[in-house]
Amino acid sequence: MLGRRRKRRNIVMEALCIAATIIGLLLLASILTTLLWLGVGGLSATVFTSVTKPPGSHGGLLNAIIGTLVQTAIGTVIGTPIGMMVGTYLAEYGGSSFISSAIRYVSDVLLSAPSILIGLFIYQLIVQPMGGFSGLAGSLALAVIVIPIVVRTTEDMLRLIPVSLREAAAALGAPKWKVIVLVCYRAARDGIMTGVLLAVARIAGETAPLLFTSLGNLNWSISLTRPMASLPVTIYQYSGSAFADWVQLAWTGALLITAGVLATNIIARLLLRGSR
Amino acid sequence: MQQAAALGTLRRRLPTNVGDAVFAAAVRASGAFVLILLGAIIMSLFIGGLPAFRRFGVGFITSTDWDPVKQIFGAAVSIYGTLITSVLALVLAVPLAFGIAFYLTELAPTWLRRPVGTAVELLAAIPSIIYGMWGFFVIVPVMGQIIEPWVIDAIGDIPVIGNLFQGPPFGTGIATAAIILAIMVIPFIAATMRDVFDTVPPVYKESAYGLGCTTWEVMRSIVLPYTRVSVIGSIMLGLGRALGETMAVTFVIGNTDRISTSLFGPSNTIASIVALEFPESPAGSLKLSSLLALGFILFVISFIVLAISRLLLRPRLGA
Repeated sequence: MLGRRRKRRNIVMEALCIAATIIGLLLLASILTTLLWLGVGGLSATVFTSVTKPPGSHGGLLNAIIGTLVQTAIGTVIGTPIGMMVGTYLAEYGGSSFISSAIRYVSDVLLSAPSILIGLFIYQLIVQPMGGFSGLAGSLALAVIVIPIVVRTTEDMLRLIPVSLREAAAALGAPKWKVIVLVCYRAARDGIMTGVLLAVARIAGETAPLLFTSLGNLNWSISLTRPMASLPVTIYQYSGSAFADWVQLAWTGALLITAGVLATNIIARLLLRGSR
Repeated sequence: MQQAAALGTLRRRLPTNVGDAVFAAAVRASGAFVLILLGAIIMSLFIGGLPAFRRFGVGFITSTDWDPVKQIFGAAVSIYGTLITSVLALVLAVPLAFGIAFYLTELAPTWLRRPVGTAVELLAAIPSIIYGMWGFFVIVPVMGQIIEPWVIDAIGDIPVIGNLFQGPPFGTGIATAAIILAIMVIPFIAATMRDVFDTVPPVYKESAYGLGCTTWEVMRSIVLPYTRVSVIGSIMLGLGRALGETMAVTFVIGNTDRISTSLFGPSNTIASIVALEFPESPAGSLKLSSLLALGFILFVISFIVLAISRLLLRPRLGA
Protein backbone atom coordinates (compact mmCIF):
# COMPACT_ATOMS: atom_id res chain seq x y z
CA MET A 1 0.00 0.00 0.00
CA LEU A 2 2.80 2.35 0.96
CA GLY A 3 4.51 1.58 -2.31
CA ARG A 4 1.45 2.56 -4.27
CA ARG A 5 1.13 5.89 -2.47
CA ARG A 6 4.78 6.71 -3.07
CA LYS A 7 4.42 5.79 -6.70
CA ARG A 8 1.33 7.93 -7.07
CA ARG A 9 3.01 10.93 -5.46
CA ASN A 10 5.98 10.47 -7.77
CA ILE A 11 3.76 10.41 -10.84
CA VAL A 12 1.89 13.53 -9.71
CA MET A 13 5.12 15.47 -9.10
CA GLU A 14 6.62 14.36 -12.39
CA ALA A 15 3.46 15.36 -14.21
CA LEU A 16 3.48 18.80 -12.55
CA CYS A 17 7.12 19.33 -13.56
CA ILE A 18 6.42 18.32 -17.14
CA ALA A 19 3.43 20.69 -17.10
CA ALA A 20 5.68 23.51 -15.82
CA THR A 21 8.11 22.89 -18.67
CA ILE A 22 5.31 22.83 -21.22
CA ILE A 23 3.96 26.13 -19.84
CA GLY A 24 7.43 27.64 -20.23
CA LEU A 25 7.70 26.47 -23.83
CA LEU A 26 4.16 27.65 -24.60
CA LEU A 27 5.03 31.12 -23.29
CA LEU A 28 7.99 31.30 -25.67
CA ALA A 29 5.80 30.06 -28.51
CA SER A 30 3.09 32.59 -27.65
CA ILE A 31 5.53 35.51 -27.67
CA LEU A 32 7.07 34.44 -30.97
CA THR A 33 3.73 33.83 -32.71
CA THR A 34 2.35 37.16 -31.45
CA LEU A 35 5.38 38.92 -32.89
CA LEU A 36 5.12 37.08 -36.21
CA TRP A 37 1.35 37.54 -36.42
CA LEU A 38 1.45 41.28 -35.83
CA GLY A 39 4.90 42.07 -37.19
CA VAL A 40 5.20 40.30 -40.52
CA GLY A 41 2.30 42.25 -42.05
CA GLY A 42 4.27 45.48 -41.75
CA LEU A 43 7.49 44.13 -43.26
CA SER A 44 8.31 45.95 -46.48
CA ALA A 45 11.26 47.61 -48.15
CA THR A 46 10.09 50.97 -46.76
CA VAL A 47 10.86 49.83 -43.23
CA PHE A 48 14.54 49.55 -44.13
CA THR A 49 14.84 52.42 -46.59
CA SER A 50 12.79 55.19 -45.02
CA VAL A 51 13.33 57.08 -41.78
CA THR A 52 10.64 57.59 -39.14
CA LYS A 53 8.01 60.03 -40.36
CA PRO A 54 4.83 61.62 -39.01
CA PRO A 55 1.84 59.29 -38.88
CA GLY A 56 0.17 58.62 -42.22
CA SER A 57 3.19 59.42 -44.39
CA HIS A 58 4.67 55.93 -44.89
CA GLY A 59 7.67 56.19 -42.62
CA GLY A 60 10.14 53.42 -41.90
CA LEU A 61 12.62 52.56 -39.21
CA LEU A 62 15.93 53.22 -41.00
CA ASN A 63 17.26 55.76 -38.49
CA ALA A 64 16.25 53.53 -35.58
CA ILE A 65 17.95 50.48 -37.10
CA ILE A 66 21.14 52.42 -37.88
CA GLY A 67 21.05 54.03 -34.43
CA THR A 68 20.81 50.65 -32.72
CA LEU A 69 23.65 49.26 -34.88
CA VAL A 70 25.89 52.26 -34.17
CA GLN A 71 25.29 52.38 -30.43
CA THR A 72 25.52 48.62 -30.02
CA ALA A 73 28.78 48.56 -32.00
CA ILE A 74 30.40 51.40 -30.04
CA GLY A 75 29.16 50.00 -26.73
CA THR A 76 30.65 46.60 -27.60
CA VAL A 77 33.94 48.05 -28.85
CA ILE A 78 34.39 50.06 -25.63
CA GLY A 79 33.12 47.44 -23.21
CA THR A 80 34.81 44.32 -24.61
CA PRO A 81 38.50 45.25 -24.06
CA ILE A 82 37.78 46.46 -20.53
CA GLY A 83 35.79 43.33 -19.75
CA MET A 84 38.54 41.11 -21.19
CA MET A 85 41.21 42.88 -19.15
CA VAL A 86 39.20 42.48 -15.95
CA GLY A 87 38.55 38.82 -16.75
CA THR A 88 42.27 38.36 -17.43
CA TYR A 89 43.12 39.96 -14.10
CA LEU A 90 40.73 37.62 -12.28
CA ALA A 91 41.95 34.47 -14.03
CA GLU A 92 45.69 35.15 -14.35
CA TYR A 93 46.75 37.76 -11.79
CA GLY A 94 44.30 38.07 -8.94
CA GLY A 95 44.43 34.51 -7.68
CA SER A 96 42.30 34.16 -4.59
CA SER A 97 43.23 37.49 -3.02
CA PHE A 98 40.62 39.57 -1.25
CA ILE A 99 40.73 42.28 -3.89
CA SER A 100 40.11 39.85 -6.74
CA SER A 101 37.16 38.20 -5.02
CA ALA A 102 35.79 41.69 -4.36
CA ILE A 103 36.11 42.53 -8.07
CA ARG A 104 34.49 39.24 -9.08
CA TYR A 105 31.67 39.88 -6.63
CA VAL A 106 31.03 43.44 -7.80
CA SER A 107 31.14 42.37 -11.43
CA ASP A 108 28.57 39.64 -10.77
CA VAL A 109 26.30 42.12 -9.00
CA LEU A 110 26.63 44.57 -11.90
CA LEU A 111 25.67 41.72 -14.24
CA SER A 112 22.17 41.66 -12.77
CA ALA A 113 21.88 45.29 -11.68
CA PRO A 114 18.83 47.17 -13.02
CA SER A 115 19.82 48.62 -16.38
CA ILE A 116 17.64 51.68 -15.82
CA LEU A 117 20.04 52.75 -13.05
CA ILE A 118 22.99 52.55 -15.42
CA GLY A 119 21.04 54.94 -17.64
CA LEU A 120 20.55 57.36 -14.73
CA PHE A 121 24.26 57.05 -13.88
CA ILE A 122 25.37 57.99 -17.40
CA TYR A 123 22.79 60.78 -17.39
CA GLN A 124 24.43 62.24 -14.29
CA LEU A 125 27.97 61.58 -15.52
CA ILE A 126 27.79 62.48 -19.23
CA VAL A 127 24.46 63.97 -20.30
CA GLN A 128 24.20 66.74 -17.69
CA PRO A 129 27.84 67.95 -17.93
CA MET A 130 27.75 67.77 -21.75
CA GLY A 131 24.50 69.70 -21.76
CA GLY A 132 22.42 67.30 -23.83
CA PHE A 133 21.41 63.79 -24.79
CA SER A 134 23.75 62.10 -27.22
CA GLY A 135 24.44 58.86 -29.07
CA LEU A 136 27.78 58.75 -27.30
CA ALA A 137 26.10 58.73 -23.89
CA GLY A 138 23.84 55.89 -25.07
CA SER A 139 26.84 53.92 -26.28
CA LEU A 140 28.64 54.41 -22.96
CA ALA A 141 25.60 53.22 -21.00
CA LEU A 142 25.54 50.07 -23.16
CA ALA A 143 29.31 49.63 -22.66
CA VAL A 144 28.78 49.56 -18.90
CA ILE A 145 26.31 46.69 -19.43
CA VAL A 146 28.75 44.83 -21.69
CA ILE A 147 31.66 44.85 -19.22
CA PRO A 148 30.39 42.35 -16.58
CA ILE A 149 29.14 39.91 -19.23
CA VAL A 150 32.54 39.80 -20.93
CA VAL A 151 34.34 39.64 -17.55
CA ARG A 152 32.42 36.52 -16.65
CA THR A 153 33.01 34.59 -19.88
CA THR A 154 36.65 35.69 -20.22
CA GLU A 155 37.48 34.48 -16.72
CA ASP A 156 35.60 31.21 -17.16
CA MET A 157 37.23 30.52 -20.52
CA LEU A 158 40.77 31.38 -19.38
CA ARG A 159 40.36 29.05 -16.42
CA LEU A 160 39.51 26.19 -18.77
CA ILE A 161 42.91 26.44 -20.47
CA PRO A 162 45.30 23.80 -19.15
CA VAL A 163 48.29 25.04 -17.14
CA SER A 164 50.57 22.84 -19.26
CA LEU A 165 49.85 25.05 -22.27
CA ARG A 166 50.98 28.12 -20.35
CA GLU A 167 54.05 26.30 -19.05
CA ALA A 168 54.99 25.16 -22.54
CA ALA A 169 54.87 28.74 -23.79
CA ALA A 170 56.74 30.05 -20.76
CA ALA A 171 59.42 27.36 -21.21
CA LEU A 172 60.08 28.73 -24.69
CA GLY A 173 60.95 32.04 -23.04
CA ALA A 174 57.71 33.89 -23.65
CA PRO A 175 56.98 36.56 -21.06
CA LYS A 176 53.68 36.31 -19.20
CA TRP A 177 51.85 38.91 -21.25
CA LYS A 178 52.80 37.14 -24.46
CA VAL A 179 51.67 33.80 -23.03
CA ILE A 180 48.30 35.37 -22.23
CA VAL A 181 47.81 37.33 -25.43
CA LEU A 182 49.25 34.89 -27.95
CA VAL A 183 48.43 31.55 -26.35
CA CYS A 184 45.59 31.88 -23.85
CA TYR A 185 43.46 34.39 -25.75
CA ARG A 186 43.86 32.34 -28.89
CA ALA A 187 42.85 29.13 -27.15
CA ALA A 188 39.88 30.85 -25.47
CA ARG A 189 38.85 32.79 -28.57
CA ASP A 190 35.58 30.98 -29.30
CA GLY A 191 34.47 31.17 -25.69
CA ILE A 192 35.24 34.86 -25.40
CA MET A 193 33.48 35.51 -28.72
CA THR A 194 30.43 33.75 -27.31
CA GLY A 195 30.45 36.12 -24.36
CA VAL A 196 30.78 39.13 -26.64
CA LEU A 197 27.90 37.94 -28.84
CA LEU A 198 25.70 37.37 -25.78
CA ALA A 199 26.56 40.89 -24.66
CA VAL A 200 25.64 42.25 -28.11
CA ALA A 201 22.32 40.40 -27.94
CA ARG A 202 21.66 41.83 -24.50
CA ILE A 203 22.39 45.48 -25.27
CA ALA A 204 20.72 45.52 -28.70
CA GLY A 205 17.34 45.12 -26.99
CA GLU A 206 17.96 47.48 -24.06
CA THR A 207 15.46 50.31 -23.79
CA ALA A 208 15.57 51.71 -20.27
CA PRO A 209 19.20 52.94 -20.20
CA LEU A 210 18.78 54.67 -23.56
CA LEU A 211 15.76 56.70 -22.42
CA PHE A 212 18.05 58.90 -20.31
CA THR A 213 21.12 58.91 -22.53
CA SER A 214 20.52 58.87 -26.29
CA LEU A 215 16.83 59.78 -25.78
CA GLY A 216 15.66 58.77 -29.25
CA ASN A 217 15.38 60.92 -32.33
CA LEU A 218 12.64 60.88 -34.94
CA ASN A 219 14.86 62.60 -37.49
CA TRP A 220 17.83 61.24 -39.39
CA SER A 221 21.02 61.74 -37.39
CA ILE A 222 24.19 59.72 -36.98
CA SER A 223 26.00 62.41 -35.04
CA LEU A 224 27.30 61.00 -31.77
CA THR A 225 26.88 64.34 -30.02
CA ARG A 226 23.18 64.62 -30.79
CA PRO A 227 20.22 62.53 -29.62
CA MET A 228 20.17 59.25 -31.50
CA ALA A 229 17.29 56.95 -32.41
CA SER A 230 17.30 53.27 -31.52
CA LEU A 231 14.91 50.44 -32.33
CA PRO A 232 13.78 49.70 -28.74
CA VAL A 233 13.14 53.36 -27.87
CA THR A 234 11.30 53.95 -31.17
CA ILE A 235 9.20 50.84 -30.54
CA TYR A 236 8.41 52.19 -27.07
CA GLN A 237 7.35 55.58 -28.43
CA TYR A 238 5.32 54.11 -31.31
CA SER A 239 3.55 51.28 -29.50
CA GLY A 240 1.89 53.71 -27.10
CA SER A 241 0.71 56.03 -29.86
CA ALA A 242 -2.82 56.30 -31.22
CA PHE A 243 -1.86 55.95 -34.88
CA ALA A 244 -2.41 52.58 -36.54
CA ASP A 245 0.59 52.86 -38.86
CA TRP A 246 2.93 53.74 -35.96
CA VAL A 247 1.65 50.81 -33.92
CA GLN A 248 2.18 48.55 -36.93
CA LEU A 249 5.77 49.83 -37.26
CA ALA A 250 6.28 49.18 -33.56
CA TRP A 251 5.32 45.52 -33.99
CA THR A 252 7.48 45.17 -37.08
CA GLY A 253 10.38 46.73 -35.18
CA ALA A 254 9.71 44.39 -32.26
CA LEU A 255 9.85 41.42 -34.64
CA LEU A 256 13.14 42.68 -36.13
CA ILE A 257 14.84 43.26 -32.79
CA THR A 258 13.68 39.92 -31.36
CA ALA A 259 14.76 38.02 -34.47
CA GLY A 260 18.17 39.73 -34.30
CA VAL A 261 18.62 39.11 -30.60
CA LEU A 262 17.57 35.45 -30.75
CA ALA A 263 19.67 34.79 -33.87
CA THR A 264 22.75 36.30 -32.20
CA ASN A 265 22.08 34.16 -29.14
CA ILE A 266 21.79 30.97 -31.16
CA ILE A 267 24.96 31.77 -33.14
CA ALA A 268 26.78 32.35 -29.86
CA ARG A 269 25.67 28.96 -28.54
CA LEU A 270 26.62 27.16 -31.76
CA LEU A 271 30.04 28.80 -31.64
CA LEU A 272 30.64 27.55 -28.12
CA ARG A 273 29.40 24.07 -28.97
CA GLY A 274 31.55 23.94 -32.10
CA SER A 275 34.68 24.73 -30.08
CA ARG A 276 34.16 21.91 -27.62
CA MET B 1 81.90 37.28 -27.82
CA GLN B 2 80.34 36.12 -24.59
CA GLN B 3 79.83 39.71 -23.54
CA ALA B 4 78.05 40.46 -26.79
CA ALA B 5 75.70 37.51 -26.27
CA ALA B 6 74.92 38.63 -22.74
CA LEU B 7 74.25 42.12 -23.97
CA GLY B 8 71.95 40.65 -26.60
CA THR B 9 69.82 38.79 -24.07
CA LEU B 10 69.77 41.85 -21.86
CA ARG B 11 68.56 43.96 -24.71
CA ARG B 12 65.94 41.44 -25.55
CA ARG B 13 64.82 40.95 -21.98
CA LEU B 14 64.42 44.62 -21.20
CA PRO B 15 61.43 45.36 -23.44
CA THR B 16 59.70 42.11 -22.48
CA ASN B 17 59.96 43.06 -18.83
CA VAL B 18 58.50 46.42 -19.68
CA GLY B 19 55.78 44.62 -21.62
CA ASP B 20 54.96 42.47 -18.62
CA ALA B 21 54.86 45.46 -16.32
CA VAL B 22 52.64 47.44 -18.66
CA PHE B 23 50.26 44.53 -19.20
CA ALA B 24 50.03 43.76 -15.49
CA ALA B 25 49.41 47.40 -14.69
CA ALA B 26 46.70 47.59 -17.36
CA VAL B 27 44.77 44.54 -16.14
CA ARG B 28 45.11 45.69 -12.52
CA ALA B 29 43.80 49.11 -13.49
CA SER B 30 40.81 47.52 -15.25
CA GLY B 31 40.10 45.46 -12.15
CA ALA B 32 40.15 48.60 -10.04
CA PHE B 33 37.94 50.27 -12.65
CA VAL B 34 35.11 47.81 -11.93
CA LEU B 35 35.20 48.71 -8.24
CA ILE B 36 35.31 52.41 -9.08
CA LEU B 37 32.40 51.94 -11.49
CA LEU B 38 30.18 50.52 -8.76
CA GLY B 39 31.21 53.28 -6.38
CA ALA B 40 30.58 55.91 -9.05
CA ILE B 41 27.08 54.57 -9.79
CA ILE B 42 26.13 54.68 -6.11
CA MET B 43 27.68 58.11 -5.61
CA SER B 44 26.11 59.67 -8.70
CA LEU B 45 22.63 58.47 -7.72
CA PHE B 46 23.12 59.61 -4.14
CA ILE B 47 24.47 63.05 -5.07
CA GLY B 48 21.66 63.47 -7.61
CA GLY B 49 19.08 62.53 -5.01
CA LEU B 50 20.62 64.65 -2.24
CA PRO B 51 18.36 67.71 -2.74
CA ALA B 52 15.30 65.46 -2.39
CA PHE B 53 16.70 63.69 0.68
CA ARG B 54 17.57 67.10 2.22
CA ARG B 55 14.16 68.55 1.48
CA PHE B 56 12.02 65.64 2.67
CA GLY B 57 14.33 63.83 5.08
CA VAL B 58 13.36 60.33 6.15
CA GLY B 59 9.79 61.25 5.25
CA PHE B 60 10.72 60.74 1.61
CA ILE B 61 10.65 56.99 2.16
CA THR B 62 7.41 56.93 4.16
CA SER B 63 5.38 59.58 2.34
CA THR B 64 2.78 58.44 -0.17
CA ASP B 65 2.41 61.88 -1.77
CA TRP B 66 3.56 62.45 -5.31
CA ASP B 67 2.39 65.89 -6.32
CA PRO B 68 4.47 67.64 -9.00
CA VAL B 69 2.23 70.73 -8.78
CA LYS B 70 2.89 71.31 -5.08
CA GLN B 71 6.45 69.96 -5.43
CA ILE B 72 5.88 67.28 -2.81
CA PHE B 73 7.40 63.90 -3.52
CA GLY B 74 7.36 60.65 -1.56
CA ALA B 75 8.67 57.21 -2.38
CA ALA B 76 6.33 54.96 -0.40
CA VAL B 77 3.91 54.14 -3.24
CA SER B 78 6.69 53.16 -5.61
CA ILE B 79 8.62 51.19 -3.00
CA TYR B 80 5.42 49.33 -2.09
CA GLY B 81 4.64 48.67 -5.77
CA THR B 82 8.17 47.45 -6.44
CA LEU B 83 8.20 45.06 -3.50
CA ILE B 84 4.68 43.68 -3.91
CA THR B 85 5.00 43.01 -7.64
CA SER B 86 8.41 41.36 -7.23
CA VAL B 87 7.37 39.18 -4.31
CA LEU B 88 4.14 38.10 -6.03
CA ALA B 89 6.15 37.39 -9.17
CA LEU B 90 8.41 35.07 -7.17
CA VAL B 91 5.43 33.27 -5.66
CA LEU B 92 4.26 32.51 -9.19
CA ALA B 93 7.68 31.90 -10.75
CA VAL B 94 9.43 29.69 -8.20
CA PRO B 95 7.19 26.58 -8.52
CA LEU B 96 7.32 26.76 -12.32
CA ALA B 97 11.06 27.38 -12.40
CA PHE B 98 11.63 24.53 -9.97
CA GLY B 99 9.52 22.24 -12.15
CA ILE B 100 11.50 23.17 -15.24
CA ALA B 101 14.84 22.71 -13.47
CA PHE B 102 13.72 19.35 -12.06
CA TYR B 103 12.52 18.25 -15.47
CA LEU B 104 15.78 19.29 -17.12
CA THR B 105 18.05 17.57 -14.60
CA GLU B 106 16.18 14.36 -13.77
CA LEU B 107 13.21 13.67 -16.00
CA ALA B 108 13.95 14.75 -19.55
CA PRO B 109 15.44 12.23 -21.96
CA THR B 110 19.03 13.22 -22.74
CA TRP B 111 18.32 14.16 -26.34
CA LEU B 112 15.62 16.61 -25.22
CA ARG B 113 17.66 18.35 -22.50
CA ARG B 114 19.67 20.63 -24.71
CA PRO B 115 16.83 21.91 -26.94
CA VAL B 116 14.47 22.51 -24.03
CA GLY B 117 17.27 24.11 -22.00
CA THR B 118 18.12 26.37 -24.92
CA ALA B 119 14.48 27.33 -25.37
CA VAL B 120 14.27 28.36 -21.71
CA GLU B 121 17.46 30.39 -22.08
CA LEU B 122 16.07 32.09 -25.19
CA LEU B 123 13.08 33.14 -23.11
CA ALA B 124 15.60 34.99 -20.93
CA ALA B 125 17.15 36.67 -23.96
CA ILE B 126 13.95 38.31 -25.23
CA PRO B 127 14.20 42.06 -24.58
CA SER B 128 12.11 43.47 -21.77
CA ILE B 129 10.15 45.83 -24.02
CA ILE B 130 8.90 42.85 -26.05
CA TYR B 131 7.48 41.34 -22.86
CA GLY B 132 5.77 44.66 -22.26
CA MET B 133 4.11 44.76 -25.68
CA TRP B 134 3.20 41.09 -25.57
CA GLY B 135 1.84 41.45 -22.03
CA PHE B 136 -0.23 44.45 -22.99
CA PHE B 137 -1.58 42.71 -26.07
CA VAL B 138 -2.10 39.16 -24.77
CA ILE B 139 -2.11 39.05 -20.95
CA VAL B 140 -4.00 42.29 -20.23
CA PRO B 141 -7.14 41.30 -22.20
CA VAL B 142 -7.10 37.80 -20.69
CA MET B 143 -6.82 39.28 -17.21
CA GLY B 144 -9.39 42.03 -17.79
CA GLN B 145 -12.03 39.96 -19.54
CA ILE B 146 -11.68 36.50 -18.06
CA ILE B 147 -9.59 36.05 -14.94
CA GLU B 148 -10.27 39.26 -12.99
CA PRO B 149 -14.10 39.31 -13.38
CA TRP B 150 -14.18 35.64 -12.43
CA VAL B 151 -12.00 36.09 -9.33
CA ILE B 152 -13.87 39.23 -8.25
CA ASP B 153 -17.17 37.36 -8.55
CA ALA B 154 -15.87 34.31 -6.74
CA ILE B 155 -14.02 35.79 -3.76
CA GLY B 156 -14.41 39.56 -3.99
CA ASP B 157 -17.21 39.55 -1.40
CA ILE B 158 -15.39 37.55 1.26
CA PRO B 159 -14.34 39.90 4.07
CA VAL B 160 -10.62 40.72 4.45
CA ILE B 161 -9.33 38.42 1.68
CA GLY B 162 -11.89 39.89 -0.69
CA ASN B 163 -10.30 43.32 -0.30
CA LEU B 164 -7.30 42.02 -2.22
CA PHE B 165 -9.47 41.22 -5.21
CA GLN B 166 -11.78 44.18 -5.62
CA GLY B 167 -12.30 47.01 -8.02
CA PRO B 168 -13.02 47.26 -11.72
CA PRO B 169 -11.27 44.63 -13.87
CA PHE B 170 -9.06 46.91 -15.97
CA GLY B 171 -6.68 44.12 -16.91
CA THR B 172 -3.72 46.28 -15.99
CA GLY B 173 -2.49 46.53 -12.42
CA ILE B 174 -0.34 44.90 -9.77
CA ALA B 175 -1.43 41.32 -10.50
CA THR B 176 -0.76 41.62 -14.23
CA ALA B 177 2.64 43.19 -13.61
CA ALA B 178 3.47 40.33 -11.24
CA ILE B 179 2.52 37.78 -13.90
CA ILE B 180 4.70 39.42 -16.55
CA LEU B 181 7.59 39.68 -14.07
CA ALA B 182 7.14 36.03 -13.15
CA ILE B 183 7.37 35.00 -16.80
CA MET B 184 10.51 37.12 -17.18
CA VAL B 185 12.35 35.71 -14.16
CA ILE B 186 11.35 32.05 -14.66
CA PRO B 187 14.19 31.40 -17.13
CA PHE B 188 16.79 33.00 -14.84
CA ILE B 189 15.72 31.01 -11.80
CA ALA B 190 15.24 27.79 -13.77
CA ALA B 191 18.65 27.99 -15.48
CA THR B 192 20.45 28.76 -12.21
CA MET B 193 18.59 26.01 -10.35
CA ARG B 194 19.44 23.53 -13.09
CA ASP B 195 23.13 24.40 -12.82
CA VAL B 196 22.90 24.08 -9.04
CA PHE B 197 21.13 20.69 -9.24
CA ASP B 198 23.83 19.50 -11.64
CA THR B 199 26.45 19.98 -8.93
CA VAL B 200 25.02 17.13 -6.84
CA PRO B 201 27.47 14.21 -7.07
CA PRO B 202 25.80 11.44 -9.11
CA VAL B 203 26.87 8.84 -6.56
CA TYR B 204 24.54 10.38 -3.94
CA LYS B 205 21.59 10.18 -6.27
CA GLU B 206 22.49 6.71 -7.46
CA SER B 207 22.74 5.47 -3.87
CA ALA B 208 19.24 6.76 -3.19
CA TYR B 209 17.89 5.22 -6.38
CA GLY B 210 19.64 2.01 -5.37
CA LEU B 211 17.70 2.03 -2.10
CA GLY B 212 14.50 2.17 -4.12
CA CYS B 213 13.72 5.88 -3.95
CA THR B 214 11.43 7.35 -6.58
CA THR B 215 12.64 10.29 -8.69
CA TRP B 216 10.64 12.71 -6.57
CA GLU B 217 12.06 11.24 -3.36
CA VAL B 218 15.60 11.64 -4.70
CA MET B 219 14.81 15.25 -5.50
CA ARG B 220 13.22 15.92 -2.11
CA SER B 221 15.58 14.05 0.18
CA ILE B 222 18.91 14.22 -1.68
CA VAL B 223 19.08 17.01 -4.22
CA LEU B 224 17.11 19.69 -2.36
CA PRO B 225 18.84 19.28 1.03
CA TYR B 226 22.24 19.19 -0.69
CA THR B 227 21.58 22.38 -2.69
CA ARG B 228 19.21 24.19 -0.31
CA VAL B 229 21.33 27.29 0.22
CA SER B 230 22.06 27.74 -3.47
CA VAL B 231 18.42 27.19 -4.41
CA ILE B 232 17.54 30.15 -2.19
CA GLY B 233 20.38 32.03 -3.89
CA SER B 234 18.83 31.37 -7.31
CA ILE B 235 15.47 32.64 -6.06
CA MET B 236 17.14 35.79 -4.74
CA LEU B 237 18.76 36.24 -8.15
CA GLY B 238 15.27 36.18 -9.67
CA LEU B 239 14.09 38.70 -7.07
CA GLY B 240 17.00 40.99 -7.94
CA ARG B 241 15.99 40.83 -11.58
CA ALA B 242 12.33 41.49 -10.87
CA LEU B 243 12.97 44.52 -8.64
CA GLY B 244 14.65 46.58 -11.34
CA GLU B 245 12.59 45.51 -14.33
CA THR B 246 11.38 48.61 -16.13
CA MET B 247 9.87 48.47 -19.58
CA ALA B 248 7.61 45.44 -19.21
CA VAL B 249 6.16 46.73 -15.94
CA THR B 250 5.61 50.21 -17.37
CA PHE B 251 3.31 48.73 -20.02
CA VAL B 252 1.02 46.78 -17.72
CA ILE B 253 0.95 48.21 -14.18
CA GLY B 254 -1.48 51.06 -14.87
CA ASN B 255 0.82 53.76 -13.45
CA THR B 256 -0.95 55.68 -10.71
CA ASP B 257 0.52 57.41 -7.67
CA ARG B 258 -1.73 55.73 -5.11
CA ILE B 259 -1.30 52.62 -2.98
CA SER B 260 -3.91 50.13 -4.09
CA THR B 261 -5.14 47.62 -1.53
CA SER B 262 -6.57 45.50 -4.34
CA LEU B 263 -4.09 43.41 -6.31
CA PHE B 264 -6.14 44.20 -9.41
CA GLY B 265 -5.69 47.94 -8.86
CA PRO B 266 -3.11 50.06 -10.68
CA SER B 267 0.10 51.17 -9.01
CA ASN B 268 3.65 51.98 -10.05
CA THR B 269 7.16 50.78 -9.29
CA ILE B 270 10.37 52.72 -8.77
CA ALA B 271 11.63 51.75 -12.21
CA SER B 272 8.34 52.54 -13.96
CA ILE B 273 7.88 55.95 -12.35
CA VAL B 274 11.47 56.90 -13.20
CA ALA B 275 10.99 55.87 -16.83
CA LEU B 276 7.63 57.64 -17.16
CA GLU B 277 8.25 60.86 -15.23
CA PHE B 278 11.80 61.50 -16.39
CA PRO B 279 10.82 63.27 -19.64
CA GLU B 280 8.80 65.81 -17.59
CA SER B 281 11.60 66.47 -15.12
CA PRO B 282 13.85 69.33 -16.20
CA ALA B 283 17.51 69.23 -15.17
CA GLY B 284 18.03 70.69 -11.70
CA SER B 285 14.40 70.34 -10.64
CA LEU B 286 13.33 68.86 -7.33
CA LYS B 287 11.36 66.26 -9.27
CA LEU B 288 14.45 65.01 -11.10
CA SER B 289 16.28 64.87 -7.81
CA SER B 290 13.41 62.83 -6.35
CA LEU B 291 13.65 60.40 -9.26
CA LEU B 292 17.39 60.03 -8.72
CA ALA B 293 16.74 59.48 -5.02
CA LEU B 294 14.27 56.74 -6.01
CA GLY B 295 17.00 55.28 -8.22
CA PHE B 296 19.37 55.31 -5.26
CA ILE B 297 16.81 53.47 -3.11
CA LEU B 298 16.27 50.89 -5.87
CA PHE B 299 20.01 50.42 -6.19
CA VAL B 300 20.41 49.83 -2.47
CA ILE B 301 17.53 47.31 -2.39
CA SER B 302 18.64 45.36 -5.44
CA PHE B 303 22.31 45.50 -4.44
CA ILE B 304 21.50 43.91 -1.09
CA VAL B 305 19.34 41.22 -2.73
CA LEU B 306 21.91 40.44 -5.43
CA ALA B 307 24.79 40.44 -2.95
CA ILE B 308 22.98 37.90 -0.76
CA SER B 309 22.15 35.86 -3.86
CA ARG B 310 25.81 35.68 -4.92
CA LEU B 311 26.88 34.85 -1.39
CA LEU B 312 24.47 31.91 -1.31
CA LEU B 313 25.31 30.69 -4.83
CA ARG B 314 29.06 30.93 -4.43
CA PRO B 315 29.72 27.56 -2.76
CA ARG B 316 27.96 25.65 -5.55
CA LEU B 317 28.57 27.64 -8.70
CA GLY B 318 31.91 29.14 -7.68
CA ALA B 319 30.71 32.55 -8.74
